[in-house]
Amino acid sequence: MRPSSNNADPTSAQSAKSVAPAKSAMSNTVLRQAFIGAFRKLDPRREVRNPVMFLVEVGSVLTTVLFVQALLGRGEAPAKFIGQVSAWLWGTVIFANLAEAIAEGRGKAQADSLRRGRLDTMAKRLHRPDRRDDYETVPSQKLIKGDIVLIEAGDIIPGDGEAIEGVASVDESAVTGESAPVIRESGGDRSAVTGGTRVLSDWLVVEITANPGETFLDRMIALVEGAKRKKTPNEIALDILLAGFSIVFLVVCATLLPFSVYSVAATGHGAPVSVTVLVALLVCLIPTTIGGLLSAIGIAGMDRLVRHNVLAMSGRAVEAAGDVDVLLLDKTGTITLGNRQAVAFLPAPGVTEKELAEAAQLSSIADETPEGRSVTVLAKEKYGLRAPNIQGTNVTFVPFSAQTRMSGVDLPNREIRKGAVDAVKAWIGGATGGTDGGAVPGAVEATVVQIAKDGGTPLTVAVRDAHGARALGVIHLKDVVKGGIRERFAQLRRAGIRTMMITGDNPMTAAAIAAEAGVDDFLAEAKPENKLELIREHQQKGHLVAMTGDGTNDAPALAQADVAVAMNSGTQAAKEAANMIDLDSSPTKLIDIVEIGKQLLMTRGTLTTFSIANDVSKYFAIIPAAFAGIYPELGVLNVMHLATPNSAILSAVIFNALIIPALIPLALRGVKYRAASASSLLSRNLFIYGLGGVIAPFIGIKLIDLVLVALGLS
Amino acid sequence: MPSGVLESILLLMAVVALARPLGLYMARVFQGQRTFLSGLLGPVERLVYRLSGIDPTEEMTWQTYAKALIGFSLVGVAALYALLRLQHLLPLNPQRFPSVGPYVAFNTAVSFVANTNWQVYGGETTMSFFSQMIGLATQNYLSAASGIAVVVAFIRALTRRESKTIGNFWVDLTRTTTYVLLPACLVLALVLVSQGVPQTFRASVQAHVLDPAAAPAGGSKAAGGGAGAEQVIALGPVASQEAIKEFGTNGGGFYNANSAHPFENPTPFSNWLEILTLLLIPFALPFTFGAMVGDRRQGNAILAAMLIIFVASAGFAIYFENRPNPLVAAATADAGGQPMSNQGNMEGKEVRFGPGISAMYATATTATSTGAVDSSHDSFTPLGGLIPMWLMQIGETSPGGVGSGLYAKLILVVIAVFVAGLMVGRTPEYLGKKIEPYEMKMAVLYLLIMPLTVLILSSSAVLIPAALAGISNPGPHGLSQILYAFSSGTNNNGSAFGGLGAGLPFYAVAVGVAILIGRFWMMIPVLAIAGSLAKKKIVPASSGTLPTYGPLFVGWLVAVTIIVAALAFFPALALGPIAEHLIMLAGGKF
Amino acid sequence: MWKAMRLFLVLTVLVGVVYPAVVTVAAMAMPYRAQGSLIRQNGAVVGSELIGQSFANPKYFWSRPSATAPDPYNASASTPSNLGPTNKALTDAVSERARALREANPNATGPLPEDLLTASASGLDPHISPQAAMYQVPRVAAERSLPEATVRTLVDKYTEGRQWGIFGEPRVSVLKLNLALDSLGR
Repeated sequence: MRPSSNNADPTSAQSAKSVAPAKSAMSNTVLRQAFIGAFRKLDPRREVRNPVMFLVEVGSVLTTVLFVQALLGRGEAPAKFIGQVSAWLWGTVIFANLAEAIAEGRGKAQADSLRRGRLDTMAKRLHRPDRRDDYETVPSQKLIKGDIVLIEAGDIIPGDGEAIEGVASVDESAVTGESAPVIRESGGDRSAVTGGTRVLSDWLVVEITANPGETFLDRMIALVEGAKRKKTPNEIALDILLAGFSIVFLVVCATLLPFSVYSVAATGHGAPVSVTVLVALLVCLIPTTIGGLLSAIGIAGMDRLVRHNVLAMSGRAVEAAGDVDVLLLDKTGTITLGNRQAVAFLPAPGVTEKELAEAAQLSSIADETPEGRSVTVLAKEKYGLRAPNIQGTNVTFVPFSAQTRMSGVDLPNREIRKGAVDAVKAWIGGATGGTDGGAVPGAVEATVVQIAKDGGTPLTVAVRDAHGARALGVIHLKDVVKGGIRERFAQLRRAGIRTMMITGDNPMTAAAIAAEAGVDDFLAEAKPENKLELIREHQQKGHLVAMTGDGTNDAPALAQADVAVAMNSGTQAAKEAANMIDLDSSPTKLIDIVEIGKQLLMTRGTLTTFSIANDVSKYFAIIPAAFAGIYPELGVLNVMHLATPNSAILSAVIFNALIIPALIPLALRGVKYRAASASSLLSRNLFIYGLGGVIAPFIGIKLIDLVLVALGLS
Repeated sequence: MPSGVLESILLLMAVVALARPLGLYMARVFQGQRTFLSGLLGPVERLVYRLSGIDPTEEMTWQTYAKALIGFSLVGVAALYALLRLQHLLPLNPQRFPSVGPYVAFNTAVSFVANTNWQVYGGETTMSFFSQMIGLATQNYLSAASGIAVVVAFIRALTRRESKTIGNFWVDLTRTTTYVLLPACLVLALVLVSQGVPQTFRASVQAHVLDPAAAPAGGSKAAGGGAGAEQVIALGPVASQEAIKEFGTNGGGFYNANSAHPFENPTPFSNWLEILTLLLIPFALPFTFGAMVGDRRQGNAILAAMLIIFVASAGFAIYFENRPNPLVAAATADAGGQPMSNQGNMEGKEVRFGPGISAMYATATTATSTGAVDSSHDSFTPLGGLIPMWLMQIGETSPGGVGSGLYAKLILVVIAVFVAGLMVGRTPEYLGKKIEPYEMKMAVLYLLIMPLTVLILSSSAVLIPAALAGISNPGPHGLSQILYAFSSGTNNNGSAFGGLGAGLPFYAVAVGVAILIGRFWMMIPVLAIAGSLAKKKIVPASSGTLPTYGPLFVGWLVAVTIIVAALAFFPALALGPIAEHLIMLAGGKF
Repeated sequence: MWKAMRLFLVLTVLVGVVYPAVVTVAAMAMPYRAQGSLIRQNGAVVGSELIGQSFANPKYFWSRPSATAPDPYNASASTPSNLGPTNKALTDAVSERARALREANPNATGPLPEDLLTASASGLDPHISPQAAMYQVPRVAAERSLPEATVRTLVDKYTEGRQWGIFGEPRVSVLKLNLALDSLGR
């Protein structure tokens, strides 16, 4: 697995880059393995699962028989011609198998490295859930659901489970690629442990939650190997379409024989079309390009997901990701950086900004919350104020309490408080015996309202000294929206995906952040059960909803969502309810997943179009050639001016075979996805793969014909 | 301007202008809303329900709907077959025609119930008035109404959310008949009478011809028979039949020569009007569709896709028919003397129409599944004749028959949306309904049936001596005749390369089978898709949704229509009309 | 099924009986048209203005070739020739007709009118093109001992333009023209 880096940055292109080492690692061994696999897949029992390629294989066998017959001197055409056609038909099948084998091989390479981590672990099985109890040492494969094991520093966790006692730091890099250790402890949201990861310090008592073969690693291995790959609905639908085309072309070619028999009788010259030519025509017409690459595209799509450190429970979930049109995103961590920060000091009338900043800074010196620290930092950066070293018995720090809803500091000659405006007001009022009415000037109150309206959090700063108690001004705390997120949402919107922010903030704050981040909608003051409702509501209207979650209380919503991504750091309940697990626990991963899903479908669609569009030129190559004897007049259709009837047919067959390996890289990489509206994607893809699919073979077939003539093979 | 071009342009303008109000009117009818004819026809509709014991509020699942449709059609086939076999015993038979033979009766019964009207008989020499009116014209109405009912159910399914039912077949059938077809035909029939189409129960009239001695007139027949002094002119209730023949895209003529016969189509204006009326409902239905799904753009897109193929085809056909057959010109010149005048390809055309608008008629009649003809398609130039054949082979979708054309087009939309949907990275959806394996299975089944039936039956025919015997034009044209026959039958068109011995038992049966397959085996997958779509939710559209309107999608739909058909039939067409054309240019004959 | 039969019967009565009956009654307002546009002379029907007749006598204008059987212009059995464009039978027939036309019209000028060389779609085409009529003028005039100009004027008179200037092709009704010729002679 790749080492994972900064997950929080949504614009990071890390995932794409990380593929490189894996790729080079595969090249030699994997390629050799793939070649062997390609031949092994010729077994008709395996080939029959791909009807299009099976048809090609049958054609290959048939032409081989005809070739042998021709060698024996009773051929329907020259042996040299039949032999070449036959060889290229076999080539077509092998190229298609190769595509699949390469895709599988890439997965296998990953699976092997995963498997290595899994082997030979011994587990300490406890009789009772008590670390002091006796244990027996058993191989990890023997553990079943419900077993209790003890894991101590240095041990490898023998299986997926739930920590029921203890706290430990765990190195999960084997699964996540993240080298920094994480804390796992019993109870709470960090209790899930993953088999194959290593306890670095302390100990854990774990209840095993997965039987052998069902663990996280097992599933991941099965997935990347493509062994348990079930066809997705879209794949099935496409298979049906391709099978339909194949049947039509089978009948088209089969009926050409009687038609040509009639034509011979009608014109009195020429000979009926040969079986070799009919098979060649058939193979050229049926959608071999997409048929040969279809499973490779599917496997590669899963592979891409794994490379993004996402584990999908099914291919269906990946495709559903492409369909998602509503994304539910948690505000914190996804849209904004974790915490609010001070961005401005807004003084009361008659107070300078610097005075306010100084007071604010003083009040925050002992405030270790991120908000408090940000006040100190802002004062330093904006006004060059260094936090004075005020220590001693005469300084009292007043920490934040739920009762006062203020924090501050008491100095010998003055007290400073900061907090919500009403709390501060009460404090001033109390201090002045309720007589000093104008202590919080209207201007300050207006500022407070304005900040709240803009989505910020106002903290009012007040002082009580010799001059009495009065408000100095307001600190503007603000959620900081992540860089680049706005552009990302705009892209999603262009692609027709609505983003929805979920936050516990009040509606006013939420609205302001939503506007700044550019989300389409938001749910304020959200509780976990609201998420579930919201998802149901959207689904009722026909939307497909994706969400990310980690806590146990997210589980119902995850189960309801169409695409549910659980953080690997989340609880077991969340993981079980989800249909994907993000090993990086990155909140923005959802967006990548959507793109991978779309890319998968697009690759299938474009290659189907390309494949069918190819047929146009193949007709122009083969039809005049096939009937040259009966109707030499049809030579006008030979717009490519191919040298001879035989070279024309061969060129079409060769082009048809070679286009498969030529497109393997595209199938594995996927068609480029750009966040754009459906119509611009369609026009782009139609232009490249539709129009290109019509034109490319005209050029390709002509070039092959020239080569054949030059080599004397025609 | 070349012959027929101005008329064709006017025709297109009239079609588009009239299709919109008619389409919107039909949308109101099918949604059970009041129309300006409700006061007059409402009582008729209710009377029909009462007499038939129908509850118009009952809702049907797609299976029930299909059963009702098939049951109703079976009743129609049985009744028509019995009627034709017993014709000699029934009234209104002034010509004392005998019972219709079993093969012809089977073929005719199937053909009329399936809205095909492939005619293996000469109307004026076979059918009594009773058979024409009670038997054939009735089926002209009912088959047209059935086709429209199916598409109405399909559209309704697209607009429903999570519904098990798709409407009531009896109601759709009755409303189509009473509110759409009846009033339209009444008006058209009378206009046709004004142009000279007879409407009388007199069987025939004997005329004392001017030139009793006329042996081979104008050298028409090399060996002249002794023409009598009298001409027996067959008459009948032609106008009432003619009107529904066009409006219902049926095409079954009162006379053998169909709309070439001066009594079916007496004037250039009646000719123009017949083309207009046979195109009208098929081109109006996209408007109905747009109105019913609540998004006019969707209907306009389909209309545009239909129009593009239609106009292009008409252009080609008019072009090819406006040029004389070079072999005919050469044959004239062979004898020395003056060359032949250039009037276009006049063999099998009527002087009052000319070749241009006749080619337009051929285009319209095959672009819809009408099959009426005002000229002999068999005598068209090879490429001029390729156009009608090709229009049938693209599945009668541009615009296609009443109802059947739109639902066939919508099946193509499903395919187009599927591939395009994948290309934009979403599970494909149409009007918010997801296209999933079940829909694809049925759509592909639908698309397979037609080419498979046409190709398998045609290739069987060229191997069977009894079938080859029916070929009247040797060489590649013979293959075209057979291909045309099965394309026409399977697509429920009904026109023919008329020289083919369609009355031979092989063709009567084989084309009959093709007609049955092409109608009912194709309606069932359509209704199955409707049933499945009705059950689905409607996904709201966003910018990530593939827009199924606008030039891009229209172009894509046109491309899918052409490619799906062209790929299946190009090789066969190469051996038929294309080879014939090239040979003709080279001066070859058979 | 029972419902299907009942509805079938009801609708058959509606569209198979009531509808044609209504049309027939309404058409009585146009008796000439509804009865077949018959031309009477001295009380006897000589033909329909819409249905062509066969003319062999050189003093008449000839109609187009007709493929009806057993005789041309059999108004009880309309049919085209259905000869394909590359059928030898078609070109042979055309050659034969061309030969016959040239023989019968030695004084004719201009190209051979195509409509006189090719069979019509109905076999009952009542019309010929104006140029086909003009082609025959010298013969008819000679046979009837009329000045060519008189006959030509008559042809012009009986030449119908496009209907309302738009629809169809210019044409001459052979039967009406010949009837006019006969009355001219009288």
